[in-house]
Amino acid sequence: MKKIAVKVDDLTVAYNYKPVLWDIDLEIPEGVLMAIVGPNGAGKSTLIKAILGILKPIAGSVAIYDKPYEKQRQLVAYVPQKGSVDWDFPTTALDVVKMGTYGSLGWVKRPSQKEKKAALEALEKVGMLPFKNRQISQLSGGQQQRVFLARALVQNASIYFMDEPFQGVDATTEIAIINILKELRKAGKTVIVVHHDLQTVPEYFDWVTFLNVKKIATGPVKDIFNDDNLTKTYGINYKVSIQE
Amino acid sequence: MDIIEYIQLVFTDYTLRTITLGTAVLGAVCGMLGSFAVLRKQSLLGDAISHAALPGIAIAFLITGSKEGNTLLIGALISGLIGTFWIRGIITKTHLKSDTALGLILSLFFGFGMLLLTFIQKQPNANQAGLDKYLFGQAATLVESDVWLMVSVASICLIVLLFFWKEFKILLFDADYTKTLGFNTKTIDILITSFIVLAIVLGLQTVGVVLMSAMLLAPAAAARQWTNSLAKMVFLAAIFGAFSGVFGTAISASQNNLSTGPVIVLVAGVFVVFSFIFSPSRGLLFKQIRFIKNRRDLQLHKTLAFMHNIAETHEDISHPHAIRLLNNFQGYTKSTLQKLVDKNYVELKGNMWSLTKTGFETAANLYTKQRTEDE
Repeated sequence: MKKIAVKVDDLTVAYNYKPVLWDIDLEIPEGVLMAIVGPNGAGKSTLIKAILGILKPIAGSVAIYDKPYEKQRQLVAYVPQKGSVDWDFPTTALDVVKMGTYGSLGWVKRPSQKEKKAALEALEKVGMLPFKNRQISQLSGGQQQRVFLARALVQNASIYFMDEPFQGVDATTEIAIINILKELRKAGKTVIVVHHDLQTVPEYFDWVTFLNVKKIATGPVKDIFNDDNLTKTYGINYKVSIQE
Repeated sequence: MDIIEYIQLVFTDYTLRTITLGTAVLGAVCGMLGSFAVLRKQSLLGDAISHAALPGIAIAFLITGSKEGNTLLIGALISGLIGTFWIRGIITKTHLKSDTALGLILSLFFGFGMLLLTFIQKQPNANQAGLDKYLFGQAATLVESDVWLMVSVASICLIVLLFFWKEFKILLFDADYTKTLGFNTKTIDILITSFIVLAIVLGLQTVGVVLMSAMLLAPAAAARQWTNSLAKMVFLAAIFGAFSGVFGTAISASQNNLSTGPVIVLVAGVFVVFSFIFSPSRGLLFKQIRFIKNRRDLQLHKTLAFMHNIAETHEDISHPHAIRLLNNFQGYTKSTLQKLVDKNYVELKGNMWSLTKTGFETAANLYTKQRTEDE
């Protein structure tokens, strides 16, 4: 039996009166590449943010390798939605990636040569080394996404949460990113991705969670990625043609 | 009064020296902290805080009956902080957007402050005159101890900035991510905001409630135009702020009846306008120049590509063709043809043109070249 990397119990989140997430129980085994799918407003981003403590849940708990999240922060890295920051901020690609090292540095201590080296390596991994000194507003959408990915890679975490990393990127970048994610899985890391494109789920992921305020289903893609669950999640009679 | 005489006066005359130093330090602090306000998209926060400080000044006077600067500043500080936390409260606890919260607190506190000021003015207390200087500021009332206070706040601010630079920077860029790294974002946030409130309160006496936000925003907005590095931006904003103070004081001191606060703000405004127009990378002027140049280059390339298409039909690429063939091409003008000749891409003989070897090769590689430059 595999170890459980992330365990969510009775998680309920509400912005105002209406719950966005209702009573979520979720176990994510170590070493899977998991997609979270569901319609708009299903609470996919909210689930990630609640697990990471960015949002305060009304009820429920999150455990990372059997310990409370607060004690396991250094095991977790986060790639937010690209649109969540102002890309006109006066800084360079390298500087953004360096931010990934801030957590392990702690308060006050500045990044040194060691951190810079790690950041450069991460940039190299995502193919962005030639752009290290580029002002971030002058990067394309796909390049910005790669910078965000590099920032998470530099954290050298065990579990990666990514909020729609394929949004607004071209096919080349999408393939580059998915290859990096698959490499992470091969290295035994757990990767959790909010994903929109149902067609690519069987090709990219080995684990999937269907979410629509409540958890509909979670498990291996080959077992549970079927019309029945899709219909339950999206509310319409969904037919996805999975190529055999 | 000429400039040299004035500079001598700055060093010898106590009042002028005090005011010049005070406004310079104030400008520098406001510039530094203003950069953070601008980058957090909280430009209006400064305006709300300074207006929110007014009732504090009035209440401090009503309680103590004293017009002593520091007493009133403490009143301003307290009500400025209350205003700020109410704004934060409104934003987090209700559906209202931040601009609504800011506008609401700004006008409510300012209205209350004005009410108290008129109430105080009607009182038979001879001491009451002069509180309204906090509306538009009166730099002439600065004394040495005020300047010392500003210098100490500026130094503390600078030290904190250097200490928590990394934390400030990451919070400004990506607050959610900062939280996941384990930083207490609330602490960083309160630290920045408190310093902004402190700087504003310090400036009230000099620049006044109404214009204070310009001291925060103008130097920062100007500085953003010149650099793509946060450190340089903060540094430049401090320099712009300090110079606004010095120049503003100089202009108002050398003319009669020019109030210092508004002149300082106007000088800061000149920095902004100048930066918006003349900054090399973001300025309007160079943007326009680049735009026109790009258009010309593209026109040239299109013409060359068109000629390349014609030349290709012939075995000998340098075979001459009639110029009137080019009339079929819409982008073609006499001057573009001349430019192509100047670049040695094309040769002209009478009514005929022919591509040179370099011209042909350039035209053939135009599109691929464009692409590699984009990468």
